[in-house]
Amino acid sequence: MFLRRALPYVLSLPALLVCIGILVPFFTAAYYSLQRYNLAMPGSREFVWFGQYLDLLSDPDFWVTVRVSATYAITTVGLELLLGLGIALLLHERTRFNNIVSIALLLPLMTAPAIASLMWKLMTNPNFGVLSWLIAQVGIHDFRWASAPGSAMFTVVLVDIWVYTPFMMVLLLAGLRSLPPQPFEAARLDGVAPHFVFFRITLPMLAPYIVTATLFRLLDSIQQFDIVYAMTQGGPGDSLMLFQVRAYLDFFQYTNVGTSAALMVVLWAITYLLSHVFIKQWLRLRERTHGNS
Amino acid sequence: MHDKIQDLATAFCNGRLGRRELVRRLAGLGLALGSVETLLNAAATRAMAADFDWKKHKGTSLRLLLNKHPYADAMIADLANFKALTGMEVTYDIFPEDVYFDKVTAALSSRSTQYDVFMTGAYQTWQYGPAGWLVDFNDYLKDPAKTAPNYGWDDILPNLRASTAWSGKPGAALGGPGAHQWAVPWGFELNNLSYNQTIFDKLKLTPPRNMEELMAVAAKITKDAGGPYGIGVRGSRSWATIHPGFLSAYSNYGQRDFTMSGGKLKAAMNTPESKAFHKLWVQMIQESGPKNWATYTWYQVGTDLGAGASGMIYDADILGYFMNGGDNRERGHLAYAPIAANPAASGPTSNVWIWSLAMSNFSRQKDAGWTFIQWASGTDHLLFGARKNDVVNPVRNTVWQDAEFKERIAKSYPGYLNQYDKTAPDAKIYFTPQPLFFNLTTEWAASLQRMVAREVSVDEGLDKLADSVNRQLHQAGIG
Repeated sequence: MFLRRALPYVLSLPALLVCIGILVPFFTAAYYSLQRYNLAMPGSREFVWFGQYLDLLSDPDFWVTVRVSATYAITTVGLELLLGLGIALLLHERTRFNNIVSIALLLPLMTAPAIASLMWKLMTNPNFGVLSWLIAQVGIHDFRWASAPGSAMFTVVLVDIWVYTPFMMVLLLAGLRSLPPQPFEAARLDGVAPHFVFFRITLPMLAPYIVTATLFRLLDSIQQFDIVYAMTQGGPGDSLMLFQVRAYLDFFQYTNVGTSAALMVVLWAITYLLSHVFIKQWLRLRERTHGNS
Repeated sequence: MHDKIQDLATAFCNGRLGRRELVRRLAGLGLALGSVETLLNAAATRAMAADFDWKKHKGTSLRLLLNKHPYADAMIADLANFKALTGMEVTYDIFPEDVYFDKVTAALSSRSTQYDVFMTGAYQTWQYGPAGWLVDFNDYLKDPAKTAPNYGWDDILPNLRASTAWSGKPGAALGGPGAHQWAVPWGFELNNLSYNQTIFDKLKLTPPRNMEELMAVAAKITKDAGGPYGIGVRGSRSWATIHPGFLSAYSNYGQRDFTMSGGKLKAAMNTPESKAFHKLWVQMIQESGPKNWATYTWYQVGTDLGAGASGMIYDADILGYFMNGGDNRERGHLAYAPIAANPAASGPTSNVWIWSLAMSNFSRQKDAGWTFIQWASGTDHLLFGARKNDVVNPVRNTVWQDAEFKERIAKSYPGYLNQYDKTAPDAKIYFTPQPLFFNLTTEWAASLQRMVAREVSVDEGLDKLADSVNRQLHQAGIG
C-alpha cells in the first residue's frame, strides 16, 4: 500500500533532482546579481538590490552588447532559415543522390564551433588564407575579415551560417517530408502555379516546423559564445561584444561576479521572453494546421 | 674508485670545484659524460639534503596545476630528483594557456582543495591575493625551519622578487612596505626585438635602437622584403596586447597607466605625451604591422616570425628564442637586440611577464607545498632547466652566470645574452598594481584596436578611454 502511494513520487524524483540542479545555479546567479561583488575586492562586497541592473541600463557598453547580440541573432537565424529552407526544398524528393547530399551537408554541424572558428580563422588569414586568395582573384584586395570592425560581424555570421544551416535544413526537411501529400496532389490536378503552392500550401503547413527551428536557433544564437570568442574575443573594439562573451570576460578575467551574474539574468529574461512568444505562436500555428488538415 | 667519484661530485655541488674541472677529472677516472650527469644530479640531491630536512613530508602527495610551457616541461623532466630528495609524490594537471587561467580562477574561487601549487603570472596575483586565495610566502621565507639555508632567496633577481610582492593597496608600489609575497618567480620574459637576420642582411639593415628607427626599418621591410611585413606585435582584444612591447616602449617615454593623487587612482593614458606615443605605435601598425593585427596573440606574432612572414617582432625574448628552433622555417636565422623606444632614454625599460609559482590558501598541505616550491625555484633545478632544457630566462643570478648555460645560448642565439644584459637592470613590471587590472587593460587594448582601425582618432580614443577608466575606478571606490 505504502509502495503504491509512494510510487508516483519515486518516479518523479529524477525530474525533481534535475529541476533542483537547474534551479540552484539559477537562484545563486540571481542572488549574486543583487550584489556589487568583485572577487578581487572582497572588502567592497555589498548588497545593492537592483543597483547592478540600473548600472547596466545606464552603461553605454551594455546597449552596445544588446545591439550586437540582436544583430547577430537576427542576421544568423534569418539567413540560416532562408538557406536551410532553400536546401530542404531542393532535397525534398527522396532520391539516393538527395539522401547522400543531405548527409554530407550535416558534416559542418558535427564540427565543434570552436574548431570551425579556428578553421575559418586560417581560411580568412589575409596573408595565406584560401578565402583571402579567392576574393583577391575577383579584385577584392586587402579584405581584413574578422580583424576590421566593418567586416568582423560579416565574418562571424559566415562561420555561424556554415556551422548551423544544416541544423535548419534537417528540421525543415523532416517537416517537408512529413507533410500530407493530398493538398499537393489536389493542387497539381487543378494546375495551380508552383509559387502559389509554395506560398499558400507549403509554407503555412510548414509553419510549425519553421517556428520550432527558428526558436531553437534563436535561443542558441542569442547565447553565442564559442565562435565569436575563438575568432575575435569580442573585438575589434567592442564590435562583437555579445552577452555571453561579456559575461565570460566579466567573470573569468575580471572576477566581477555581480556584473557577470546580472548580465546572465538579463540574458535569461530575454531568452525566456523569446521562448514564451515563440511557443505561443507555435501552439497557435499547430492548432491551425491541424484544424485545416 | 666509487668514493673518489662521490667526493668529486660533492666538491662540485659545494662549489669547491668547477664544472670543467669536474668533467676532466671524472673523465680521468674513465667516466662517460652521460654518467657524469646522472652522478651530478644524485650528488646535488645529497648536497641539498645535507643541510635541511627535505624528508620531513615524506609520503605526502602534492597536486600541481600547470600551464603547458617549456618551464613546466623542464620541471616535469626533473621531478624524479624531487621525489628522491623528499620522498613526496607529485601529480599534476596540465592545460594549454587558452584555458589555463580559467581553470585556476575556477579552482580558487570555488575554494577547492584539489590543487596545492600552481603556475601564475604576477598580474594574476593582484586578483588572487586580495581575494584571500594565496599563501603569503613571507612567513615561510623568514622561517629557518621551513626554508633550506641554501635556498638563496636573495639570488633571485631583485626586480622580480619585488614584482611578485604587493600590499594589496591599489596603486601601492610593488615590493613596497607591507607587501605580501604572493608568488615566487620561476622564469620570466623580457620584451625586446627578435629579428630575421636573413631579411636584415638582404636589405642591409641594422637592428633599430629606438621607436623612430623601428618604424623606418619596419616600413622598409614591408616595402622591400618581397612578402614579409615589417613588425609583429600583439593586437587581440586582451590585456596581453598591452603588456609586452607596447608597455615597454610606453614606459620608456616616461609614461604611466595611472597617477595617484590623494590615495586615488586616475587614468594617465590621455596626457599629451601619451597621445604622441600612441600615434607612433598606431602608425607603425597601420604601415608595417600584420593585416589582421586585431586578432594577433603571442602565438600569431611568434609563428609569423618563425615562418618568415614577418621581419621582426617586439615581444617576449623567449618567443623569439623558441622560434629559432624546432620545425620553424626560419630556425637558425633569428637574432636578438635590445631596444629603448625613446631616443632620449638611457636604456631599455622592459615590462616583464613572470611565470611564478603560487600556493593555494585552500591547500591542506602548505608546508609540503612550500618544500616543492623551494626545490622548483631553487638553484639546482633552475640550473638543470637552463642547461638541459629550455628554461631560457632563469630568475636566478647564479644561473645567468653559469658558463655552460651562457655558452649554449651564445652559440645558437646571437645577441640574446646582450639583450638580456642591456635590459635586465631596468626590467620590471611597469603597470600600476590595482584590482581592476584585467578589465581596464583589456579596455585599453580595445581602444587601441579602434584607433588602428581608424574608427576613432588617437586623441578622441584616449580621452574616451580615460573617461571610462576613471568612471570604473570611481565606481570601485579606488578612483
